[in-house]
Amino acid sequence: MILTAVLVLGLIGVIFAIVLYFVAQKFKVLEDPLIDEIAEVLPGANCGGCGKAGCRAMAEAFVKQGNMDGLKCPAGGEEVAKKVAELLGCTPEVSDPMVAVVRCNGSCGNAVSKNNFDGLADCAFANSVYAGESGCTFGCLGLGNCVKACQFGALSMDPETGLPVVDEEKCTACGACVKTCPRGIIELRKKGIKNRRVYVACRNKEKGAVARKWCSAACIGCGKCEKTCPFGAIKVENNLAYIDFNLCRLCRKCVAECPTGAIHAVNFPPLPPKKEPADSTAVKEPIETKAPETAKEPVNINPTY
Amino acid sequence: MKTFKMGGVHPEENKISTNAAIEQMPLPKQVAVLMNQHLGAPATPIVAKGDKVKVGQLIAEAQAFMCANIHSPVSGTVNKIDVCKDMVGLPKTAIYIDVEGDEWMETIDRTPDIKRDCSLEPKEIVAKLKEMGIVGLGGATFPAHIKYSVPEGKKAEYLIINAAECEPYLTSDHRVMMEHAEEICIGVSILRKALGVPNAYIGIESNKPEPIRVMSEMAKNFEGIIVEPLVVKYPQGAEKQLINSITGRKVPSGKLPIDVGCVVSNIGTTFAVYEAIQKNKPLIENILTVTGKKLPSQHNYQCRIGITYNDIIKHALGELPSNTGKVISGGTMMGKAISNLDAPTTKGASSVLVMDESESRRRPESNCIRCGKCMNACPMGLEPYLFSALVKNNRIEEAQSHNILDCIECGCCFFSCPANKPLTDEIRLGKAKVRAMMAAKK
Amino acid sequence: MKISGSPHVHSDESTKKIMWRVNLALVPMLLTGIAYFGLNALLISIVSVACCCLFQWLIEKFILKTPSTVCDGSAVVTGLLLAFNVPATADMIWLVAIGALVAIGVGKMTFGGLGKNPFNPALVGRVFMLISFPVQMTTWPTVGKWFPMSIDTVSGPTPLGIIKEGLSHEGATIQSVIDANNLPSLTEIFLGHMGGSLGEVSAIAILIGAIYLLCRKVITWHIPVAFIGTAFIFSGILWLADPTMYIDPVTTILTGGIMLGACFMATDMVTSPMAKSGQLIFGVGCGLLTIIIRNWGAYPEGVSFAILLMNSVTPLINRWCKPKRFAC
Repeated sequence: MILTAVLVLGLIGVIFAIVLYFVAQKFKVLEDPLIDEIAEVLPGANCGGCGKAGCRAMAEAFVKQGNMDGLKCPAGGEEVAKKVAELLGCTPEVSDPMVAVVRCNGSCGNAVSKNNFDGLADCAFANSVYAGESGCTFGCLGLGNCVKACQFGALSMDPETGLPVVDEEKCTACGACVKTCPRGIIELRKKGIKNRRVYVACRNKEKGAVARKWCSAACIGCGKCEKTCPFGAIKVENNLAYIDFNLCRLCRKCVAECPTGAIHAVNFPPLPPKKEPADSTAVKEPIETKAPETAKEPVNINPTY
Repeated sequence: MKTFKMGGVHPEENKISTNAAIEQMPLPKQVAVLMNQHLGAPATPIVAKGDKVKVGQLIAEAQAFMCANIHSPVSGTVNKIDVCKDMVGLPKTAIYIDVEGDEWMETIDRTPDIKRDCSLEPKEIVAKLKEMGIVGLGGATFPAHIKYSVPEGKKAEYLIINAAECEPYLTSDHRVMMEHAEEICIGVSILRKALGVPNAYIGIESNKPEPIRVMSEMAKNFEGIIVEPLVVKYPQGAEKQLINSITGRKVPSGKLPIDVGCVVSNIGTTFAVYEAIQKNKPLIENILTVTGKKLPSQHNYQCRIGITYNDIIKHALGELPSNTGKVISGGTMMGKAISNLDAPTTKGASSVLVMDESESRRRPESNCIRCGKCMNACPMGLEPYLFSALVKNNRIEEAQSHNILDCIECGCCFFSCPANKPLTDEIRLGKAKVRAMMAAKK
Repeated sequence: MKISGSPHVHSDESTKKIMWRVNLALVPMLLTGIAYFGLNALLISIVSVACCCLFQWLIEKFILKTPSTVCDGSAVVTGLLLAFNVPATADMIWLVAIGALVAIGVGKMTFGGLGKNPFNPALVGRVFMLISFPVQMTTWPTVGKWFPMSIDTVSGPTPLGIIKEGLSHEGATIQSVIDANNLPSLTEIFLGHMGGSLGEVSAIAILIGAIYLLCRKVITWHIPVAFIGTAFIFSGILWLADPTMYIDPVTTILTGGIMLGACFMATDMVTSPMAKSGQLIFGVGCGLLTIIIRNWGAYPEGVSFAILLMNSVTPLINRWCKPKRFAC
């Protein structure tokens, strides 16, 4: 009895093994093994930051092209680029590490809310229904589409300010949040030496007085920073200042000059106390010391994103 | 009584301002006339700062195909042409005019006499509609001259006048019918002539017995005007549903009413047509209901376009009640919540509806229990619960294949959902995403 | 001021109202259950409902860490339906607590709570108990006098069980089994004066509840009519083919759980199809499977399995059966 069962089951097993072998041979897909190897190296988050459908599609694109020109995995950064270059046998594209930066200052304290949104918690939808809690048509809507878009858990909403916060350690600069924000608040900026960055935390293009009406920390386009900047890195266009991160040398003169505190400097050691009032944000930010040691010099290579 | 076959809901009617006769709203100190008050491209200003304008003078011209002329609603001086925030707070271009006196253009006939005969040819009627800046007043503000120029190869068989006023609270159409029945019938005859159709049907929901009586009496004096009482069911006044109710025809997905031989016009528009054609009066005024369950008084006003919502509220109520939760332009089912009360009214405005804190709050959302009420309520036979899930998971192509673009955003699904899911919000977002995807594919 | 997309009003419909309406509709069955089976029925119902609510509260509080939804009444529905699906014997007073744990814990909360469960939780609990405690679950109290107040009732089988058992003997026919066992008359069956589960015995109480739900638009006629109709027609065909071996259709639909299942368990919104056409298919499937299981399966009763099997294909039916689109 037992013997019969063992024999029958064994026979069935053998028959299936043979069938499976032939089927596998028949339907075998010939594929460059390099694709698998590269896909292995890529982060595997399928974030879409490269513009491809996912990491495997990106690996296929690498192999098809044979080199890395124009293809970049923003999430993987330099490390992945080196590994891929090794596998492909070419030189990796060198670029500065980037990080997502939230350019809005409309926290609950700065921008007093007049309206209360009561509906589908989605920024894109809210953007079509009203201007914003305070009335600023450029500011953060605070419903967290960027947080949902981030595959790396680098974004979170700060319940106190109502603004998203970027975890610099986790941010891979894939750009998913930049794409998803209906108001274009998030920008990828150069990570900077020791993670130090200076940027205008406002997107309001309205005239100064109007912008001020919505938010006490709005950029009013006064142009003081533009005049102060010794490197010509700041441009005021449409009542809004913008700091070109490739020209900025992190001197922080503009930060002290800004009358509304719209310019943020992060990860700097605190300034001497006499210039304190204009630079309160820099003190609040935790000082990051784990900056990548590779980016020591301010290189002026255009980013390739 | 006729009605549409599929879906629909019956929200509380709340027609509390039906007995308030139309009052004249006093002139404000300043008006802001927005340049896009209609569907399509904004009009181009043809006046400059400091210019003197009269009531009814052309101040902005339609240059694109899908556009409508805009006339000055007041007399005075152009203060500036500048950015103006509309009622949802988004910046638009507007002409600000400081009001000085009330001097009308000489061409406008301001006498109260009713002018019955119209000798214009159909083409001349359409041209005059364009000149007078008439747009559809049912909500979509579709430029009238485009609607009444029937494309070649198509033939209009029915003219349907939408007087269903299925939205809760709104009573402006009701009042217009009560007070201007004859003018409306003349307007309908003019439109009938412009289209060359034998019969015009005026569809009125049966919760308005008085207007049905008045209009039926009046229609006897005119040739080819038939008053159709309709079942009280929302969205009876939606274009596709109204056509289905009255003619039994169905406008296929992605097609226009004219494809099934129908042209639909709002009752307010026919009154504007009468004034434009017979009295040379451009579209510079509209009739607004100021209402709310908790308000001390209910009103219907004839207002100049461009007056701010704040001015209207100040005149009608003194000031907003302190527990106001929401102010809505339009009815409760499809109206827009106003976030900026300093915004001016536009041609398409139909009401100022004030809701208090308790009425305006949405109840907390819970899990979908797959009861299918949204599906049974949908007048287009769609599956709102499915769209909700697809949009949430960003499966946009699938949503498109389930005809998400057919949604008319009537709000029946959210209205009937026992789990209070914001279905209409999700579908609107989904439609926007589908359109963006289609645009990207092109 | 508040800002939201339209519409700005809502019907006063809510999940809570729907669930409490179902509970109200279940009350007639509870009353007949108490009338036939006495104190046991009441105790079982109380234990079942209390355990369902307790387990839901505990799971939400300590495992899911979400706000409690016990008040929405869905746990009470599950508890009552579970109690209605077990025999009213003294053993059940404690066993039903295990059923409640499986129904709420496995059948409902593992999937994320009300609205996300693919199977009817009460049936999951019931089938678990049927497989785990087959003896206790198929020992039925006999119905003697009205309102029996003692906890110990004499056990006896259900009409379906008797027939199934009787037919397994060689040479037996329906008539001989009925004659030998003194089975209840049709009137008695209709009133529920027979052996069976706590809530399923009285067809008239079930009909009262179902008519209330139909009037309040909690359920539609499609599933019950398709379910019972199919069972009637299918068993009718079998009966006409061989009246000696198959039960007549009227007895078929009035005995066992067909009435209760068709009106209250197959119509569960969460686990049944949404489109009308889908609901008809669902009902027909339930009816066919029930009769197949009853006549050719190992169990005398098949409603629970039939509904659970059809629950599993509900997503497919939903995908296939679309509502009629406007102008298509």
